[in-house]
Amino acid sequence: MDFDRSEDQKLLAKTVADFAKKESTVERFRKLRNADGEGFERSTWKQMAELGWLSVPFAEELGGFGGSSVDVGLVLEELGKSLVPEPYLASVVLAGAAIRLAGSVEQQAELLEPLLEGDQVLALAYAERGARYATSRLSTTAEADGSGWVIRGEKVFVLAGHAAERFVVSAEVAGEPGLFVVDADAAGVERATVGLIDGRRGANLRFDGARARMRLEAAPAAEVLEHVMDLAAAAAVAEGVGVCHAMLQMTVEYLKTREQFGAKIGSFQALQHRAVDMFVEMELLRSIALEAVGRADATGEGKAARQAAISAAKLQLATGGAFIARQAIQLHGGIGVTDEHDVGLYFKRLHALMSLFGDEAFHARRYAQLQRG
Amino acid sequence: MDLAFTAAEEEFRLKVRSWIAEAMPPHIADKARDGRHFGMEEVMEWHRILDGQGWAAPHWPEEHGGPGFTATQRFIFQEETEAAGAPGLSPFGLVMVGPLIQRFGTDAQKARFLPKILAGEEVWCQGYSEPNAGSDLAALRTEAIDAGDHFVVTGQKTWTTYAQYADWIFCLVRTSTEGKKQAGISFLLIDLKTPGVEVKPFQTLGNTPAFCDTYFEGAKVPKENLLGPLNGGWTLAKALLGHERTLVSAVGATARTLATARRIASGQVGDDGRPLLEDAHWEGRIARLEARLQAHRMTVYRALAEQQKGKHPGPESSILKLVGSELVQRADELCMELMGHDALSWHNPEGVVPPYEQNVGPQFAYNRATTIYAGSNEIQKNIIAKLILGMPKA
Repeated sequence: MDFDRSEDQKLLAKTVADFAKKESTVERFRKLRNADGEGFERSTWKQMAELGWLSVPFAEELGGFGGSSVDVGLVLEELGKSLVPEPYLASVVLAGAAIRLAGSVEQQAELLEPLLEGDQVLALAYAERGARYATSRLSTTAEADGSGWVIRGEKVFVLAGHAAERFVVSAEVAGEPGLFVVDADAAGVERATVGLIDGRRGANLRFDGARARMRLEAAPAAEVLEHVMDLAAAAAVAEGVGVCHAMLQMTVEYLKTREQFGAKIGSFQALQHRAVDMFVEMELLRSIALEAVGRADATGEGKAARQAAISAAKLQLATGGAFIARQAIQLHGGIGVTDEHDVGLYFKRLHALMSLFGDEAFHARRYAQLQRG
Repeated sequence: MDLAFTAAEEEFRLKVRSWIAEAMPPHIADKARDGRHFGMEEVMEWHRILDGQGWAAPHWPEEHGGPGFTATQRFIFQEETEAAGAPGLSPFGLVMVGPLIQRFGTDAQKARFLPKILAGEEVWCQGYSEPNAGSDLAALRTEAIDAGDHFVVTGQKTWTTYAQYADWIFCLVRTSTEGKKQAGISFLLIDLKTPGVEVKPFQTLGNTPAFCDTYFEGAKVPKENLLGPLNGGWTLAKALLGHERTLVSAVGATARTLATARRIASGQVGDDGRPLLEDAHWEGRIARLEARLQAHRMTVYRALAEQQKGKHPGPESSILKLVGSELVQRADELCMELMGHDALSWHNPEGVVPPYEQNVGPQFAYNRATTIYAGSNEIQKNIIAKLILGMPKA
């Protein structure tokens, strides 16, 4: 076994890390969160495109980097460390994967070009009220109308939905899920921006007879959606590694500097052991995250192992990751429950990642089913 | 042993319950039903309604305008108001400084402050913690210098909860640097309108402005505002901390959150299309917490029964704080999990999530403070280890 990154991967991770450190500190995220607007910057999105990060998982023939989920994971891990707010997970991972897996070559070329150029933000509208994590139980419908399709229904908490130029929308057609591309400015599309726990923004969407630009049907949509959720879950865990890493680091630093009762509080054994428990959970999270991104692209015979690894990883995020987040607040004491301190921003991002792409109960159940064979 | 409340106590419970149902104005009742956040105006409105019934200060003795409740009646009263989702009254005057003034104040101080606290005419806040004095409270440095007929106060207090709405602040200040650090602390009552006092609110993790920093720059405080003896403030502080701990058993609040959990679990549909409440996993998750809450409730009742016999709450009250605060958080966490994607919602306009889910996220985030404030849970464990288990010193 070899867990080392290749030279290319090391370089990619370092470039993202340097960018995050120099150009997108937590302070930048906080300013954008507090300001009106999209909550991120189009100029930075463009810059990310120029650096090639938006092309990572896409085929070289389409102008992509031809990378894997491992590469996507290391970008997100570094972005997570300073809470970079650009919609990488929403556009590149979620919408990008749906297009990549369900679109024909021509459709991919048309839809991905403006994304890879950093000229567009894309969003995947899959979640519905009362549908929890089952991506194939849809009340949104698509109806054939002449040469095209007409979409009706509502989608909730669409990540980056407030900013996206185009949506990939899941909708039921003849009892099966289908995937459709709808332009945000099409007639019959209504969007309302919603605030999210992590200080980012999304949208609730209503499609009232909106015409789809195209249907993506190079692969069965149900299977594509299932795989996209896995890819997103693996990516969320990878970002979670960065988020938890940052919380663990700032907590250990705080224990080493904060003085009470005439001593560094890190000299108290009870708190040392707590920090060790956090560290242990961190290492477990890192390990299982590697398996998750390593198996995320598998299909066919590799699918069961993919799902098991991703569920195990998402479970570790929901247990060990949550432990790290909650203890990070606890060990910071009063300052930890203020909005002014950064630790709370990470805490909230982690909880958003926990609620997305299957929660603890979802993944425990799926893992149990997979074990049953 | 008798597990039942007496008939008189049960009657009292029903009386409180029906009075609340009648007395609560509709706009407050609407919010109460869904566990929504109350603004300070609503809190004070409810304060005045309770005061009209003589119930604003259930734990005050009759001579100071209290209703003369027994310890058990007080608990029943608290449980019923919390279960009804009534606004929690600001505790700083009624629960904290009021009883201290009754016990340590001069007749003039009693006459000056107590009636206005009771009537809700003056709102108080607490000035204890400082940036470098949290768990180690005795390390506080805000100083009060003797200047004849007044003190000159300079320093910074933090976590002065709701100071932006308060008229007065009670403060622990340093009046001497001699001897043990606990021995040079005094207890001062300070009018927030005093020149040189400035209050700056800041946001919590719940993105609600609950806390403040309060700054003192040479604020002149008359000597008659010293409560208790000079350099005797630590005794008052300790008396108050024990009190705070029984307050945060939060039995009623957790019961309400778990009732909210049941509503969320009825409204949210699982991947199989059925309400979560019909799913053994989620039903079991809720039941486990309800059962633990029952064990906690009985622990509170045992402490109450002891108090009823005239015993003062001892270090055992640390258990109530420890378990109570953790239950608050676990109930919030469960609600967040039950909500699925709705747990992403943050301070959105009505309609984005059902009304009973509206405040869950901010409450979950804000309540991370419960294991930190009123003596962090680490400090409570130190107290239990030392005073109950008699553990040797390191």
